[in-house]
Amino acid sequence: MHSSGQTLNGSEIFFECLRRENVEYIFGYPGGSLLKVYETLHEVKDIHHILVRHEQGATHMAEGYARATGKPGVVLVTSGPGATNTVTGIANAYMDSSPIVVFTGQVPSSLIGNDAFQEADIVGITRPITKHNFLVKDVRELAITIRKAFFLATTGRPGPVLVDMPKDILNSSCVFDFPETVDIRGFKPTFKCHINQVEKAAQKIVRAKRPLLYIGGGVISAEASEELRTLAIQQNIPVTMTLQGLGAFPGNHPLSMGMLGMHGTYWANQAVNKCDLLIAVGARFDDRVTGKVDTFAPQAYKIHNDIDPTNVDKNIKVDLPIVGDAKNFLTTLLEVMPENKENREPWLAEINAWREQCPLTYGSEDNALRTEFVIDEVSRQTRGNAVVVTDVGQHQMWTSQFYTFINPRSIITSGGLGTMGFGLPAAIGAAFGIKDRPVVLFCGDGGFMMNVQELVTAVHNKMPVKIFLINNSFLGMVRQWQELFHKEKYSFTDLGDSNPDFVKVAEAFGCKALMADSPNAAKEAIEEALAWNDGPILVDFRVVKKDMVFPMVPAGGSISDMLLARLNPKTMV
Amino acid sequence: MKHIISVLVENKFGSLNRVAAMFSARGFNLESISIGETEDTEISRMTIVTRGEDQIINQVLKQLNRLVDTIKVTDLTRQPHVERELLLMTLKLSKTVQHEIFELITVFKGKVVDIKQKSITIEVIGSPDKINTTIDIFRPYGIKELARSGAVAIHRGE
Ligand SMILES: Cc1ncc(C[n+]2csc(CCOP(=O)(O)OP(=O)(O)O)c2C)c(N)n1
Ligand SMILES: [Mg+2]
Repeated sequence: MHSSGQTLNGSEIFFECLRRENVEYIFGYPGGSLLKVYETLHEVKDIHHILVRHEQGATHMAEGYARATGKPGVVLVTSGPGATNTVTGIANAYMDSSPIVVFTGQVPSSLIGNDAFQEADIVGITRPITKHNFLVKDVRELAITIRKAFFLATTGRPGPVLVDMPKDILNSSCVFDFPETVDIRGFKPTFKCHINQVEKAAQKIVRAKRPLLYIGGGVISAEASEELRTLAIQQNIPVTMTLQGLGAFPGNHPLSMGMLGMHGTYWANQAVNKCDLLIAVGARFDDRVTGKVDTFAPQAYKIHNDIDPTNVDKNIKVDLPIVGDAKNFLTTLLEVMPENKENREPWLAEINAWREQCPLTYGSEDNALRTEFVIDEVSRQTRGNAVVVTDVGQHQMWTSQFYTFINPRSIITSGGLGTMGFGLPAAIGAAFGIKDRPVVLFCGDGGFMMNVQELVTAVHNKMPVKIFLINNSFLGMVRQWQELFHKEKYSFTDLGDSNPDFVKVAEAFGCKALMADSPNAAKEAIEEALAWNDGPILVDFRVVKKDMVFPMVPAGGSISDMLLARLNPKTMV
Repeated sequence: MKHIISVLVENKFGSLNRVAAMFSARGFNLESISIGETEDTEISRMTIVTRGEDQIINQVLKQLNRLVDTIKVTDLTRQPHVERELLLMTLKLSKTVQHEIFELITVFKGKVVDIKQKSITIEVIGSPDKINTTIDIFRPYGIKELARSGAVAIHRGE
């Protein structure tokens, strides 16, 4: 621990600042431009550096950690290829508003612009995918820049921030001065909602006959689940959530309607279609949610609360925009809410009728193993208490449908960017942050291979991640679209001939592995995996190859118009 | 509809790039953009001319505000403001049209900044509309080269 007023070099300042930002873990990978930093790191005992096996893995781990804990995730990589390898992870964090701070080494200041060895203009490259980024030009600017980076990443709508640090800056010294406060004149997010707008919202809510809460990840990052629950129950308003919003309201509560949108529940989408009041909180009317915008919630008066004003009136014109923090919005709303006089029972009955008409189901007549069963079973065995991480594809959508999320910060998934390869490193990152709940990963056989190298990181650090590999021998989600919309031309989506033996792969990494190919075997494997605590465990679930995620809104269609089942039952295998 | 937006930004490397890149990334129309220091050397003023329906312009303003380097964003379009652009233009010069050219320069309140045997360089200052008209009128005489500064604009004082 150093104090202000001491003369320190750039590398020492770097760690001293991280210490003061309460950083526990750095996910990193060394290189030429960072030699001084790693030299200093050798003596640092209170901040743990986790050596990844690919810099993309580091960014996803940082995001998994951030999403699970609410604290910013930290990445440290070298210049050039180290920096460019982080691009996908940064873009992912940007799309899903996750607070991560990425530190990149850079070639010495004097060489910048000369096409020096391992030079990449990472500030230029990441400008459109960061909330903000910095190139440090003077060692005296390093501490304040790091302070600003953490402040920006975690304040207002969270997001990734990148700090590029030239080698000479890390080597040169100055008097250390850690600024206790930061003030950035161009960055003043609106936290407090306009009271008149909130009162107006309250008036609309008590008068609505068919209100619906449409909840996004903003409620989770604002830690406003408690307030949401009070509002929904007090006012008897059903709640539908986006993929990132799952867990903001308990999925086992009768007012929970699960997810809306492309693979949402039939009843949630019907409710959107019929509601007379839509209250969007911390959600951004993404196209996977709205389907065709002209027919989205056509009868509803729309209230939209979001911390980011650009989200308001972007995709959908709303009637009552309320810019501000979700927790502030919900708290104020509860304070000003008059007594409810509307009887909501007919509306809830209508919704329940849709629920009974088209429930979420899956085949079980044969003894075949289905993904839905695996997820259902994991949900049961963990009692909805796990931190669930997914990759991208069919298994991801089934997770949203069949895992019952009870608590916030329970789903960690790549929504906005849809990044295959996100799951494994994100699960490892989550496991670093959360020790008292099981961390469960559902991952496709395609996406698993995209960051498989991080198994090393999991094994080496004994991270007890349950890797539930949903092995359908296909790039399932693409296969589904090929079946439905591309004449069943399964072009380059069949992995059956080329997939490795996943159990052997895992074992080669030193990871415990099991295989299950029937519902009974799956049940036992899940029990064994959940009980296993000596590092990671992988279960290779050999599920049916050509299962389909339903219901589904075809791209660009209205969400009231869902495909409920396969068009051509012949293709079921 | 055309909008003229004034943006105060941190006078830092990359600020212009962030704004220009945001326009292209979000597919917003960008007719002109100009930047220069203000009375405060830490702050630059950017003047942006763009076109779009109200909903788009609203997004433009919000996206500009969202950039960390922007300090203040003002849509001057519906407020009292002065808007000026500078045109520098070199024309072919010949005995036969010499007179007409000089007359037109007077009409447009232009100035001759350089004159050679076969060419004349003039400057004209005015609203972008006036600059458009100027160019149209001079075109038949043969424009060898022209440069426009893009609009700069400012609130009218009280
Ligand atoms: C990096 C990346 N490349 C391509 C895609 C397109 N894509 C979306 S889902 C999918 C198939 C995923 O297959 P798998 O991992 O086996 O999961 P499944 O759908 O079978 O559950 C593909 C290729 C993507 N989302 N991300
Ligand atoms: Mg698959």
